[in-house]
Amino acid sequence: MELLRWDVMRSYLPLYRDAMFLTLRIGWAGILAAIGLGFICALIRHYKIPVLQKIVGIYIELFRNTPLLVQLFFLYFGLPKIGLDIPAEPCGVLGLALLGGAYMAETFRSGLEAVEPIQMESALSLGMTRTQAVLHVILPQAVSISVPAFVANIIFLLKETSVFSAISLMDLMFTAKDLIGLYYKTLECLTLLVVFYLIILLPVSALGSFLERRLRYAGFGD
Amino acid sequence: MQALGIDVLFKGINMQRLLGGLWISLRISLIAVAFSIVLGLVVGVLMAGDNPVIKAVSRVYLEIVRVMPQMVLLFIVFFGTTRVFGWNIEAEIASIIVFTFWGTAEMADLVRGALISIPKHQYESAAALGLEQGQIYRYIVIPQTLRRLIPLSINLVTRMIKTTSLAMMIGVVEVLKVGQQIIEANRKSSPHAAFGIYACIFVLYFAACWPISMFSKYLERKWS
Amino acid sequence: MKHELIKIESVVKEFGDNRVLDGLSLSVREGEVVVIVGPSGCGKSTLLRCINGLEPIQGGEITFRGQKVDGNSRSIVGIRQKVGMVFQNYELFPHMTILENIVLSPVLVQKRGRKEVEEEAMQLLSRVGLEEKRDSFPRELSGGQKQRVAIVRALCMHPEVLLFDEVTAALDPEMVREVLDVMLTLARQGRTMVIVTHEMSFAKAVADRVVFIDEGSIVEEGSPEAFFEHPGTDRAKRFLNTFTYEKVEKGA
Repeated sequence: MELLRWDVMRSYLPLYRDAMFLTLRIGWAGILAAIGLGFICALIRHYKIPVLQKIVGIYIELFRNTPLLVQLFFLYFGLPKIGLDIPAEPCGVLGLALLGGAYMAETFRSGLEAVEPIQMESALSLGMTRTQAVLHVILPQAVSISVPAFVANIIFLLKETSVFSAISLMDLMFTAKDLIGLYYKTLECLTLLVVFYLIILLPVSALGSFLERRLRYAGFGD
Repeated sequence: MQALGIDVLFKGINMQRLLGGLWISLRISLIAVAFSIVLGLVVGVLMAGDNPVIKAVSRVYLEIVRVMPQMVLLFIVFFGTTRVFGWNIEAEIASIIVFTFWGTAEMADLVRGALISIPKHQYESAAALGLEQGQIYRYIVIPQTLRRLIPLSINLVTRMIKTTSLAMMIGVVEVLKVGQQIIEANRKSSPHAAFGIYACIFVLYFAACWPISMFSKYLERKWS
Repeated sequence: MKHELIKIESVVKEFGDNRVLDGLSLSVREGEVVVIVGPSGCGKSTLLRCINGLEPIQGGEITFRGQKVDGNSRSIVGIRQKVGMVFQNYELFPHMTILENIVLSPVLVQKRGRKEVEEEAMQLLSRVGLEEKRDSFPRELSGGQKQRVAIVRALCMHPEVLLFDEVTAALDPEMVREVLDVMLTLARQGRTMVIVTHEMSFAKAVADRVVFIDEGSIVEEGSPEAFFEHPGTDRAKRFLNTFTYEKVEKGA
């Protein structure tokens, strides 16, 4: 008897492929939104914009200290009870964006903090306005400093997408569980599950190592 | 104004049941963290050494943990072992195995990072002062390593607690599952309970994790 | 009588309870090279930062060509274009090449044509012997080279005054000369400069006027000959003594 039935696996392929596209779609939409949200929150926190910085601080602590699964349950099952009905897919994107935004904000902020304050003064002494200095001098440095942590966040968020099946999204986990329940081809299903997650994550992980090496090689400092 | 589940929370022993569910999650995390810290210390020290075989194996191990979602690992251990070995592992045991597998890798990476972050001249200047190998570790290396390591490993506890929420996906009756059951049981009398119950679970997780992360941040600041 | 460019009147600067500048007054005329000396922590660097509006002051007034220097006002951007500053640790922008470092502000702030600015930048770079470094990044340069680039970067803005804040203090000894030579050349061209330094023989050579600051106020000022040969106050004598050594008598 063979260990793995290839014909079975081949017949499952289209289901897994569709599920992967769903995971990728929600995952990357959520990650892009998280980057935008995190960026804004980091600037608000770093430049201590009154009132907003308090709100952002609370948001970051709330979402960094609770699991995505619980956040999704609240967004998907809880909010409709007060009239906020969000369909599953946008809900997944929203959940990932809120979670990721909190993590990205901390990453960007430590990048901003790593830029010496005197760099700002150096830019100001050349006649730049604060906005020009932030845009041309501070942000480019902060972003490059945050690249490794930033990629780690992306990998973390892509992995977190594996809980989407809890809000009845037909992602890879959902597909695997469903097929195992239906046909008991457990090993085939699990193998495909691993393979498809590797397809999603290995390129990002490799890109991350590449960027990190390049940055270290081209590191700014003396 | 509809009752949004606040009433359900305080009905009968519902609150106790939720807290009981939270305790299941915390118990799994604490056991897994304990194993992870012990195993992670061993693996981390081995990784900081220079045995090429150990280094290669541990890199593969770390990479697996880095790219595989914990959910996938849970599925493999929970569903896979039944099929291959005919074992019927309890969901809670499966969770502990997977979270330990994950936590050990995280911990080992922290240990390795802390060990190699101690500059070489620290060893040299200690040796120049006439300290012996054992004394160098006892008085110079280990204290500095611990100061870097302790805040990070405390932080690992909060990450572990958050990760254990995944256990419900393989059927462990933890806080989310209890929440679902309560909502289900009160569907007729209180159709909007989902809001209050899930909000409550959100707050419970926050209450469990936030103080620990604050403590870890405090130590990090104090010792840096 | 030349125009007064910078006028500092009874300036008070405090960090919390610590009074760093205590009612200090000083003016700098066009074409003048003023060298400020004094012990560490006497407030000389803070004074330079105040002139450029990088530090808010708690009392008194600083004006540049009659315009008030205030870090929060709209006019500060215009003033800073006229008042160039060179920092102790160069503060080049690490993510940009040498040429980009120099060209950024003239193009961005002064809206000058990139081509024209690049030509000028290359001319200035070749004058300090660094034209072949145009596409290098700051990390590839030595400290002395970086500091010469920082000076060029400030010059390219066509400033009317240059402020130098201990620009050789972070350099290896063998690189100090190359930077000071550039500054001597600038002084010979008749540029207005305010220099904070610990290089006493350089101060003597370059200064039109030496200002000795201690504990936040001016203790003594005068021509370099007068200050270095015949200091009038005990504090100045003691300060100058820290730069000389006495022969050690060995054995008992």
